[in-house]
Amino acid sequence: MKILFLKTILSEAQLEITIKRLARQLLENHDPGLDQTVFIGIQPRGIHFSDRIIAEMSRLVDPKAIKYGKLDITFYRDDVRNELHNANETDIPFSIDKKSVVLIDDVLYTGRTTRAALDAILDYGRPARVELCVLIDRRFSREFPIQPDYCGKAIDSINSQKVKVEWNKEEVILY
Amino acid sequence: MQLSTKHLLGIRELHPRDIQLILDTATQFKEVLQRPIKKVPTLRDITIVNLFFESSTRTRISFELAEKRLSADTINFTSSGSSVSKGETLLDTVNNILSMKVDMVVMRHSASGAPHFLAKHIPASIVNAGDGINEHPTQALLDAFSMREKMGRLEGLKVAIVGDIMHSRVALSNIYLLKKMGAEIMVAGPPTLIPKYMQEAFDIRVEYKIKKALEWCDVANVLRIQLERQNQVLFSSLREYNLAYGISRKLLDSLSKEILIMHPGPINRGVELDSDVADSKQSIILRQVENGVATRMAVLYLLAGGREMNN
Repeated sequence: MKILFLKTILSEAQLEITIKRLARQLLENHDPGLDQTVFIGIQPRGIHFSDRIIAEMSRLVDPKAIKYGKLDITFYRDDVRNELHNANETDIPFSIDKKSVVLIDDVLYTGRTTRAALDAILDYGRPARVELCVLIDRRFSREFPIQPDYCGKAIDSINSQKVKVEWNKEEVILY
Repeated sequence: MQLSTKHLLGIRELHPRDIQLILDTATQFKEVLQRPIKKVPTLRDITIVNLFFESSTRTRISFELAEKRLSADTINFTSSGSSVSKGETLLDTVNNILSMKVDMVVMRHSASGAPHFLAKHIPASIVNAGDGINEHPTQALLDAFSMREKMGRLEGLKVAIVGDIMHSRVALSNIYLLKKMGAEIMVAGPPTLIPKYMQEAFDIRVEYKIKKALEWCDVANVLRIQLERQNQVLFSSLREYNLAYGISRKLLDSLSKEILIMHPGPINRGVELDSDVADSKQSIILRQVENGVATRMAVLYLLAGGREMNN
C-alpha cells in the first residue's frame, strides 16, 4: 500500500501528557471508591493503552487497589461470516457485579468494537455502570450511538483514512 | 489467520499451523466455558446438522453442546428411525437436509471415507466426527489439547498408544497429529491388533510388551477393545487380554515414574483399564471430555468464520 499522506496526531511528548491527564481524570471520578471500580482493556490493541493508564495510576495510588482485567471481543463480533479474527486472551480474575466498569480502548471509530465489548462484559455479571475511555475518538464516523466518557483526543477523519497508534515509536499517526 | 481447509475430514489433511491455530483458539474457548454465562453469540446465524449414522454418546453430546455454546442452531439426525432405513442414499439424505439452508455438517459414519465422499458433492463445510476405522480428528485434537495443557508441550513428548490399534480411528488421528507436532510415538498391544508395517509406514516405535511401553512413555493413551468391529478372533478372551495388556494399579506402581493416563472412552473397565487406574489422580479422562467441548467450539468457529457460506 502506498501511503500518500501521513500526519502525526499525537507526538511522544503529547501522548505522555494525554495519558497522565486521563489517569488523573479516572482517579478523580473513581477515587475514593476505587474498590468499586474495575478497569478492562480491550484486546488486542487497547491493551497497550490500558497498560499505560494503569501504570500511571499505580504511581498515584496503591497499585494493589486497582482491579485490572483484559477482555477479548472476538467471539462477539458481528462480522464472523465475512472475516475471521483470531482470539486473544481474556483475563478477568474478579467479579464485576455491581461494580463500575471502565472499558479502555485505543481508537473509537464505528463503535462496533465497543458494542461487542458491552455484550461480552455482560456475560461476566451485572455491572452498576459502564464507562468508556479512549485515546483517540474519530468523531463523525460512528455507526452506533456510543460516545466516550474519557477521551485523549477527538479528531476529524474520513473513512478512507486510517489512524494508527505506534506504541514502539510512542506516537499516533493519521494516513 | 484462517485454516487451510474448508472441511475437517482428518488430521492427515491438516498443516501443523492449522493444528496450532485450533489448539490456541480452543484455549480461549475453554476460558469462555469457565464464565458465569458460558455462551457466546459467535455463530448465531449458522445452522449445523449433526448426522450420526453410528452410535455415540460423548462425541454427539460434545458437538451439540459446542454448537449451543456458540449460539448456532442445531439439528440432530440419527439413522435409526430415519428414511435411511427406507433405502435413501447418503447423498440424497444430506442434500435434502441442506436444501433447508443448513451451513455445516458434522458426520459420523461407519464407512471409512464417507465424509470425504460427501465433501466432493456438497457445498457445506463438513466436520468428520469419526468415519469407520479411518479418522476421528476432533478426538485427536482434544487429546493433544489435554496433553499440552497438562504437560506444557507436544514437541518431544513420548506418547504410547496402547491397545486395539487395528480398529481404532482415534489411534490413526492421534498418530498423524502427534507426528506433525513433533512428539515421539509408540504403539503397543498384542501383535494381532497392530497392523503390519506400522513402523515403516509412520516411522514410529512398535512394542508388544505393555510394561516396556509404559516404562518408555510420558503419556499412555489407552484405547478400547472394539469388539463390534472384530469379525474374527484376535485374542482368546477379554480376561486374557486384561491379564496381558490391561493397565492395573500394580503395574503403574511398578514403573520408575508417574505417567499420564488417557482414554477416549467409552472405557471397558476391567479390560484395558482397571477401575482404580481410570479413577486415579494420574488419569485425565474426564478432563479430556471437558476439553472436547472447547476444542470442538474452536473447530466449528474456525470453519464457519470468514466465509460467506449461504452464497
